[in-house]
Amino acid sequence: MEVTPHTYLAAETGAATLADGAVLSNAWLLIALPLAGAAVLLLGGRRTDAWGHWLGAALPVASFAWALAVLVDLLGRAPDARTVSVPVYEWFAVGGFTAGVDLLIDPLSITFVLLITFVGSLIHLYSVGYMAEDAGRRRFFAYLNLFVAAMLVLVLADNFVLLFLGWEGVGLASYLLIGFWQYKPSAATAAKKAFLINRVGDIGLLVAIMIMFSVLGAVSFSDVFAAVPAAGDGVLLAIGLLLLLGACGKSAQLPLQAWLLDAMEGPTPVSALIHAATMVTAGVYLIVRAGPIFEGAPVAQTAVTVVGAATMLAGGIIASAKDDIKKSLAGSTMSQIGMMVLAAGLGPVGYVAAIAHLVTHGFFKAGLFLGAGSVMHAMNDGVDMRRYGALRTKMPITFATFGLGYLAIIGVPFLSGWWTKESIISAAFGIGGTEGLVLGTAVIAGAALTAFYMSRMMFMTFFGAKRWEEGVHPHESPTSMTAPMVVLAIGSVALGGFLMLGDRFAAFLTPATGAHPHHFDVAHAFTAPYGIAALVVLVLGVAAAWAMYLRRPVAATAPEGNLVTVAAARELYGNEINEGLLMRPGQVLTKALVVIEDKVIDGAVNGLGTSVRDSSSGLGRTQTGFARSYALTMLFGAVIVAATLVVRF
Amino acid sequence: MIPLNPAQAVHTAAERTITEAAPQLDWWLLAPLLTVFAAGVLAVLFEAFLPQGRRRGPQIGLAVLALLTTFVLLVLQVGSVGQEGTTVAAGALAVDRTVLFFQGTITVLALVSLVLITERGDGRDAFAAQAATVPGSEEERAHIMAGSQHTEVYPLVLFAVLGMLMFPASNDFLTMFVALEVMSLPLYLMCGLARRRRLFSQEAAVKYFLLGAFASAFFLFGIAMVYGYAGSVNFAAVREAVAAGGAPIFADGGNGEPLLLMGVGLVAIGLLFKVGAVPFHNWKPDVYQGAPTPITALMASCTLVAAFGALLRVFFVPFGGSADVWEPMLWTVAVLTMVVAAVVAVTQRDIKRLLAYSSVVHAGFILTAVVAGSTDGLAGAMFYLGAYGFTTLGAFAVVTLVRTKDGAQELNEIDRWAGLGRRHPALAGALALFLLAFAGIPLTSGFIGKFAVFEAALSAGAAPLVVVGVLSSAVTAFFYVRIIVVMFFRDPGHEAPTVVRAGVLTGGVITLGVAATLVLGVFPGLVLDNLVPSQDSGPEPTAVMVSQVTADSGGE
Repeated sequence: MEVTPHTYLAAETGAATLADGAVLSNAWLLIALPLAGAAVLLLGGRRTDAWGHWLGAALPVASFAWALAVLVDLLGRAPDARTVSVPVYEWFAVGGFTAGVDLLIDPLSITFVLLITFVGSLIHLYSVGYMAEDAGRRRFFAYLNLFVAAMLVLVLADNFVLLFLGWEGVGLASYLLIGFWQYKPSAATAAKKAFLINRVGDIGLLVAIMIMFSVLGAVSFSDVFAAVPAAGDGVLLAIGLLLLLGACGKSAQLPLQAWLLDAMEGPTPVSALIHAATMVTAGVYLIVRAGPIFEGAPVAQTAVTVVGAATMLAGGIIASAKDDIKKSLAGSTMSQIGMMVLAAGLGPVGYVAAIAHLVTHGFFKAGLFLGAGSVMHAMNDGVDMRRYGALRTKMPITFATFGLGYLAIIGVPFLSGWWTKESIISAAFGIGGTEGLVLGTAVIAGAALTAFYMSRMMFMTFFGAKRWEEGVHPHESPTSMTAPMVVLAIGSVALGGFLMLGDRFAAFLTPATGAHPHHFDVAHAFTAPYGIAALVVLVLGVAAAWAMYLRRPVAATAPEGNLVTVAAARELYGNEINEGLLMRPGQVLTKALVVIEDKVIDGAVNGLGTSVRDSSSGLGRTQTGFARSYALTMLFGAVIVAATLVVRF
Repeated sequence: MIPLNPAQAVHTAAERTITEAAPQLDWWLLAPLLTVFAAGVLAVLFEAFLPQGRRRGPQIGLAVLALLTTFVLLVLQVGSVGQEGTTVAAGALAVDRTVLFFQGTITVLALVSLVLITERGDGRDAFAAQAATVPGSEEERAHIMAGSQHTEVYPLVLFAVLGMLMFPASNDFLTMFVALEVMSLPLYLMCGLARRRRLFSQEAAVKYFLLGAFASAFFLFGIAMVYGYAGSVNFAAVREAVAAGGAPIFADGGNGEPLLLMGVGLVAIGLLFKVGAVPFHNWKPDVYQGAPTPITALMASCTLVAAFGALLRVFFVPFGGSADVWEPMLWTVAVLTMVVAAVVAVTQRDIKRLLAYSSVVHAGFILTAVVAGSTDGLAGAMFYLGAYGFTTLGAFAVVTLVRTKDGAQELNEIDRWAGLGRRHPALAGALALFLLAFAGIPLTSGFIGKFAVFEAALSAGAAPLVVVGVLSSAVTAFFYVRIIVVMFFRDPGHEAPTVVRAGVLTGGVITLGVAATLVLGVFPGLVLDNLVPSQDSGPEPTAVMVSQVTADSGGE
């Protein structure tokens, strides 16, 4: 692959300007507002039960408003002056060492901030209705606010250490929210699983940061990237692969994908916000942000594309076989993020496509999840699509908004998904050679899978015959839930065109990513072979789903299926692989370590503890209480002083 | 050993100019000391002329007013002294920003201690009704019934503070010795004034006095040796003599080094006794335990600051040129202090003894900064002392509130503090914060202080010392956390402690301690950045300390 010299803004030009003006220099408010919300709700206790959820919903909105003001401020500047560093807090400076917190505001980070706060605000509003009956609603909003704050720390950090803080923060919030209904054993287990698998990725990120600090001598983005050209290939490769490991954990990419499907045990708004729109895309953010490192390590870049392609296909296959609507959507999320990771691995040509797809995906996937939540609400929390059917007349708003999200994700021309997916396909083919051909074909295959599983979901849920369980009386959801769905549906329709037409987004993002100004050619998308192929597989996918799930009646219980569908339904044996490769050897190792721990380490530690205590009481005996023996001790001290003055080691 | 060459003796004598005119005194720069001194004298007059029952109010008012005035004067002086610093009273005292920082810290901490001393939440203060009576006698009971009280405490505190203010400002060894005694004598007395367990308290006072006298003797002999070596007790003259390899009398033959070694060693013993470094620490646990807790708080905060101020001054200025002589000695003492005190503290069962050992360990940590011998080390030690002073005051304030069932006596056995966290979460939470600060947990002032002194020691090449310090910190964390565990996680037995409701005063002290611990932990730059001038804002404090005395040395 061709390595293009990146033009990372601040890294080489040192052009990060210091924040000026009230809007930018107070950018820390973006984080502080939701954080304050979490603090008030958690510390305020039951006193805040009555109004806590409104406070929790209002603060992300305030954050979004501030982010808009920041965006306006940025747009008022010359493109290469849009990278602003905001010093927030210097903890202490001792000798030559300084510890502090700085934020970095540039087109990339503000894109994420807007996505997080906007989708976050909508989902907070939706949750007011969705969690109305839940006794723990205040706690729920506190955790959601905590998540928003942590996610903003992640994307606004101007160094890897602060990024890691946000990284751990979102992991914590995710853990708390997956296990929100902790009385359900499945939820508690899922939370633990997510936590453990994420640890693996986090260790990767942590070790990467340690290598940066010890070898490159820096952890701030600009210093690290400035040190990249002089760094050895091996170092960059190691850092790149470790960062990829971190990204895999957070973004549920192979081989650390297994937690995401189980994470659907959390409340649906959580799945929409954290496990679809924002947190799981942090890996893509990390790869794009650390672009200069990956560009210096082509092997790591190839690894990124391989991981992305494999996850994209695996996720699509899993999504095609799941009957649980949320798990099917989760498989779809894996797949779509795989597509973004693939694009990010292409280097500068792919950055804009990756981030643009990330943004539009944030809208339509959040909309789809909220729609799924609305359906579950109507079906007494049933998630089995085999017991849905014919809901389009009972839930017209949900049907319409879900339908628009569906059309967007499968890539119907001129809807949001089409623009960004076409960008990825053309970027993949654009790098040329066998690699380009393989990756481009893979993306088209992924698009075919998307068309199939999403049509399957659509048909099983809203069309066909009623297969409802007894006592289920579907009804449309309240306005507080449908209104956010409508807003997200509008975004699913129009956002892609808005971003890609006239290359608006590419021009905006270029100074931050060093991305190639990539021109989106509408005519080309319909005439080029890959454009036509994408449209053909779209039709084929929908047709296959129509033949299997609409023309034929859907069985209320899953058929036995063949080897492929069983494998897919069992998540391609991901859990079994984890168990066989990691869990069982891990358990054996643990047992062995326990023995070593008990016999060897504990022995040593206890021995140390005992010897400290023994020497403590031994030395304590010199504390006799007699002034004469104290005076003797002092004399003994005088001898020591004299000896050390004379001998002088 | 010393060649007494008559010709040379005449020669040196001729150099000395004996003036009959009174020395020039800069009243403005002396004003803080004079204020405290005048207030002390006035307080003695109050004792003499005010009727027994009416003394308390005026005494408290006078002491508070004096300390407040002193503090204001010190703050005003920061502006008038400038970066360079100067000496006053014929070179006997130094005034520079370092000295003003120490004096200001001592004044504030003394004021806070004074608040604890005046507190009588349950109607009585911490002091004996009449210390001269035999414990348990009829006479004692009569005094208790009559409600007698020792308002002599206030003049004693004022004199002790006077000594503390002079101690780090002294610019010659004799002034320093006078300051040492002015500081110590009132403390000996106050240690014996406890209301409860009076025999114990008196024993502590006598021990403190005997050992203190022993240490003073070392100090005084040390001064004699230094005088023999340098021909002067003035810090500048000693510094010059050290640089020149001895006083002029050693110019033509003779080796003065043994005198210097003895001088350094003996003076060091006197100072190390005051800071309580191992093996000169034995008095601390006994005295801290026996003394009335408010007095313990005064000693643990103010005395430590004053003693370290003097120690830093002695090792940086007169002995600054002979660092290679004393560094191994301080290394040894620092290692001994950090290791022995931390280990012994592990098995302590009494909170006041534990805090005493903790104070010893912290002295060891600060010694690492002295060993560093740099401006960073000085700044680290200054920050550490200020931060530690507030935290330790808060901790002792909590100790005064935890009482036995009948509420009469402090309950100091840690094991009986079980369940305190559940019944009095705010109080136990405050103490937990102080203990975490002692342990050096980030976001408390203790962390920054430790980081600053260790960083200074590390960059001065004292890595082994830092390793010992970090290991010792780990051991100390064990017994600090154990107290937290006892308070919060252990079921109270039937003998749960009572907590006297915090009066406004003690509550205020605890709140101030919490606030200082957190503010200095989260925004340490407020203080830390002003201790070390940035490259262009002025000369380094250590350079100032040295330059002001050398500038002064001719014009005695």
